[in-house]
Formats: sequence, structure tokens, C-alpha cells
Amino acid sequence: MSALVFVEIEEGVAKKSSLEAVSYAAQVDGSAVAIVFGGLTDEEASKIGAAGATKILNASDEKLATPNIMAYASAIAEAMEKESSSLLVLAKSSLGDPVSARVAIKTGASLATNVVDLPDTNGGFKVKCSIYTGKAFAMTSLSGDKKILGLKKNAIAIKEDGGSATVESFSPSLNDADFKVKVTSREKATGEILLPEADLVVSGGRGLKGPENWGMIEELAKTIGAATGCSKPVSDMDWRPHHEHVGQTGVKVSPSLYIAVGISGAIQHLAGVNSSKYILVINKDGEAPFFKAADYGVVGDAFEVIPKLTEAIKAQQG
Amino acid sequence: MKILVCITHVPDTTSKISFTDNNTKFDKTGVQYIIGPYDDYALARAVELKESSGGSITVLNVGEAETEPTLRKALAIGADDAIRINTFPRDAFFVAKEIAKAAQQGEYDLILMGRESIDFNGGQVHSMVGELMGLPSVSPVMVLDIDGNTAKIQREIEGGKEYMELDLPFVAGCQEPIAEWKIPNMRGIMSARSKPLNVVEPSTDDTATEVEVFELPPAKSGVKLIDPDHLDELVNLLKNEAKVL
Ligand SMILES: Cc1cc2nc3c(=O)[nH]c(=O)nc-3n(C[C@H](O)[C@H](O)[C@H](O)COP(=O)(O)OP(=O)(O)OC[C@H]3O[C@@H](n4cnc5c(N)ncnc54)[C@H](O)[C@@H]3O)c2cc1C
Ligand SMILES: Nc1ncnc2c1ncn2[C@@H]1O[C@H](COP(=O)(O)O)[C@@H](O)[C@H]1O
Repeated sequence: MSALVFVEIEEGVAKKSSLEAVSYAAQVDGSAVAIVFGGLTDEEASKIGAAGATKILNASDEKLATPNIMAYASAIAEAMEKESSSLLVLAKSSLGDPVSARVAIKTGASLATNVVDLPDTNGGFKVKCSIYTGKAFAMTSLSGDKKILGLKKNAIAIKEDGGSATVESFSPSLNDADFKVKVTSREKATGEILLPEADLVVSGGRGLKGPENWGMIEELAKTIGAATGCSKPVSDMDWRPHHEHVGQTGVKVSPSLYIAVGISGAIQHLAGVNSSKYILVINKDGEAPFFKAADYGVVGDAFEVIPKLTEAIKAQQG
Repeated sequence: MKILVCITHVPDTTSKISFTDNNTKFDKTGVQYIIGPYDDYALARAVELKESSGGSITVLNVGEAETEPTLRKALAIGADDAIRINTFPRDAFFVAKEIAKAAQQGEYDLILMGRESIDFNGGQVHSMVGELMGLPSVSPVMVLDIDGNTAKIQREIEGGKEYMELDLPFVAGCQEPIAEWKIPNMRGIMSARSKPLNVVEPSTDDTATEVEVFELPPAKSGVKLIDPDHLDELVNLLKNEAKVL
């Protein structure tokens, strides 16, 4: 009886947010079993072990190599049964969210999502969930015998001192009904740091005037190893791709540091960044509302400040 | 084509969030309610699909009587009739069961929802409804084109998108740029008053979760401003105080 953890493998690498889920499950349940699809290298297996899993179910069937929401949900429900798991933990994502909701219906489990902290198990099972797009929290109790938790990024630090996990091959039963959706192709930025996973984010707004001025944003991002984001008008005008749009109607980020350049700080933008640990705002207008939500601020022209800041960081990096 | 659009009745995105009754109830004082922004995209796409290939649009909300103005607004935007399932939407599981039951009865070709509600941000209801009805569910959908019985979809994933094909019926959770939000015109508002709004009693009372108490995040302690001519100092703070570089 261990907690089960769905670990997403992206381009061969276990996602950081999934490793957080492993450490979370290991801490809550004492032991954790991971399930992976689409191939597992020794290196990734040892990372998953170090994060706290004692066993990895490796569902390597070729038919499951590309992400398939319905088939993954069936396989995970089957794995929960096989391992007698009463707890499933996973990271929130475009794959994790629909999979968890389907598994909840299949298994009759109680599902809580946007979980930001370890559970309170004094007389029940309660978790703190982020609601109203980060503007509040709900202490939510889960009544079912089985429970599923969808974690927000940074709910817990990744353990690195776990043991090594045994790898067991797992062949879930496949049914045709789960293959009704045909993924004809996938387009994915490669080699970039993905925004929802990023620990540092540099975002640009309409204050940058045009897509041709993003060079300095990218340069700063590259210098500190950050992902790039933007405000909604910027993606609406196609200056940047839609998947970089941060806010109420876009990506919700929770990095250690969010750097906002030429963004006014409309409440809908703030809704996507209010789980950041620290916020640095660079805006030429000292009255910009973003400064009220910031930890650090520079009132100045981005076209001067950003190159200078990048130089200053490079100088200190030596 | 018969389309069902499920909409939430949620605080306007500029609302200040606060709670009453020892932090057990949402404080509605001064709050403006709207159709959830993602649900608004779903509705807008439904109206476009109806314009191009005919059919009908039913909007549905699981909520108490106070949500009726929001349903009327959806009727003004272009839905033909509305269903309100008369109960407080206790949790995603409960709502999904009610929607699945109504959807089963209506035999819709397409069920459109928002990618997520902006109060609980679960992003769960569409997948739960799909699973309960034995249908595929796809979310978040950025492009939805329908040709006969087949849909072509672009779904956003982290750092990119997926192109997919599937047959009707299915459930989709929508987001921009699937369609432009539509603003009701005078004719729409007038006709909405006489369109049917059916109130249905709920059929279950199963929930899986319960909110015990709400909490607000701690307030920020105030911004430290750094002179643009002394950016070394900023780098120093980021490194040694925040410890993020
Ligand atoms: C339902 C709804 C949902 C929404 N969802 C989102 C969302 O998810 N994400 C989002 O971002 N927005 C969202 N919006 C839009 C939001 O209200 C704002 O319009 C938007 O965030 C503004 O973007 P911006 O800050 O880039 O542009 P602006 O508000 O135009 O701000 C530009 C800023 O740049 C500064 N500036 C100009 N020149 C310089 C310079 N040379 N150097 C430094 N600073 C400079 C200006 O002082 C100004 O503060 C939503 C709106 C609605 C109604
Ligand atoms: N009470 C409700 N009534 C009707 N539709 C709902 C309700 N709650 C959620 N939905 C639909 O389900 C979507 C996802 O909601 P959620 O899972 O709460 O994020 C929403 O965008 C709506 O389309």
C-alpha cells in the first residue's frame, strides 16, 4: 500500500513538478510508487528514486508513447488498484489535470487540485488549495477513502536523498474506446525553459513597443536561466506566442522570481503571478499599479535598464 | 447541430476577494458577477458554429436563482434556451454529475465548457463529465473546427500545441483565441427575456470535498525601489536577500 505518483516524462526527462509530486507522496504516505509512460532511462529512474519513490511502474507499451489522456487515466486507475493505493499525487499540467479528473470518476476518489502544501491529517485529511486565481486559499477536506491531489508547483521541495527505485514493467489493459482522439501532430518549443515549470521568469508587456524589442528580454532571460513570458495584449497582437501569455486567462506561474518589464500590473495579469515568491517590476511610470504587488522595483526606461541589468548580472557572475 | 454550453456565474476579474462568517463564506458585497471568461469563449464559438452550420444552443448553469441574470446574458449573446439546475454548486464532482445527467437527456452533439472556472480554477468539470458520459474531453482548446461529424482541434500544451482529430460527440474546455467574446446587442437583450429558462431540481447530493475555511494570502510588505543608476545594488539584493539568482 503506497501512494501512486504519475510522473510525466518530457523529451526523455522527468518533469521537475512531477519529482515534487514524488517527494510529496513519499512524505505523506511513507512510500511512493511512480508510474511513467513512454520510456524510462536509468538516469531518470535514479532521479525518481532520489525524490522518494521505492518502485517505478514502467508502462513502455508503444501505443502509450504519445500522451493520451483517456488511456493514461485507465492505466493509472488500474495501477492504483494493483498497488492498493488510496492516494494518487500528480503535478497540475495540461496532461495531469484531465487525467486526474478522469481517474477520480473511475475510482470514486475525492480530488483536490491546486494544492499548495502538505495535508493536515489531524482528524481527517485537509489540504490547502489555491482558489480565485491565487487571490485566496481554501482549506479543503477530502471525504473519500481514495484521494487524488493535483499539486501546484512549489508545494514542496524535491528530495534528493531517497534510495534507488526498483523498476517494474507494467502492461495495463488497453481498450479501443480510449484511442478515439487522434493526436495528428505536436508542436513544441524545444530547448526552451517551459514557463509553467520555470523557477525564474522574465515577462514583457506593451511597454516594450514591439516584437523587435524582445532581444533584450531574451538576453536577460538567457543570462539568468529564465523562461520568457508576456502580458495578454502582447500575445493578442502576436508579438509573442500564446503559450507565453501570463495571467488570469493565460499561464499561472509560481517562480521564485518574476521580473515584469513594461507591464502595468492589471489585476488580471497579477492573477497569474501572485504565487511568485519574489516580484521585480521595471516600469517607467512610478505610479504603475504593479509596484504595489512587487518586492523590488526600478522606476526607469526598460530600454536603458534591461541591458544595464543584464551587464550587472554578468559582471557578478564573473 | 445541438450544442450545450456550460457556464459559471463568477465574480468579475477585477473583484476584491474577501470572506465573511469567520472566513467560511464568500463576501458578495459590491461584487459584480459575470459569465466566466473562458465560458464566454465557449459560448462565442458556439454562436459562430450555429451561424455557419445551423442548429441550437442550450446554456446550462448549476446554481441558485441569483445566477439567472448571467444565464439571461448568455441568451442575449445568442443561446436559444437555458437550463438552471437549482442548487449551490458544492464541488466539481457534484456539478459534473448534474451536468452529465442533463447532457444525457438532451442528446447534444457537442458540449462546450470553459477551460476552468475562475473561482475554484479546477479545470476538472469537463473531464469528469466526459468520463461520466463515456466521451472524450479535450482542454484547453484554442481552435475548434467542425466538418460533418469530425472535429479538428488545437489544444494548448506547455510550450506549444497539439493538433487532434476526433468524432462528435465530445466535451471541450475552451480558451482564447477560439473566438472573440461577443457583446449582446439590443435585439439580443430584448429577445432573451422571452427565451425559455428551465429550472430543474438536482438529482444527487454526493460531494467528494468540502471547504472548511477560506484564507487570504499575507499582504506584501511594500516594494523596495532601486535607483536605475545603481543596478549593482539590485543584483546584490536578488542574490543575497531574496537568494533567487
Ligand atoms: C476578462 C479579462 C481577462 C484578462 N486576462 C489577462 C491575462 O490573463 N493576462 C494579462 O496580462 N492581461 C489580461 N487582461 C488584460 C489586462 O486588463 C490589461 O489590459 C493588460 O494586462 C495590460 O497589458 P500591459 O501591462 O502589457 O499593457 P499596458 O497596460 O498598456 O501597460 C504598459 C506599461 O508599460 C509601461 N511602459 C511604457 N513604456 C515603457 C518603457 N520604455 N520602459 C518601461 N516601462 C514602460 C507603462 O508605464 C505601462 O505601465 C484581461 C482583461 C480582461 C477584461
Ligand atoms: N456550476 C456550474 N454550472 C455550469 N457549468 C459549470 C459549473 N462549474 C463549472 N462549470 C463548467 O466547467 C468548466 C470548468 O470548471 P472547473 O472544473 O470548476 O474549473 C467551467 O468553465 C464551466 O464551463
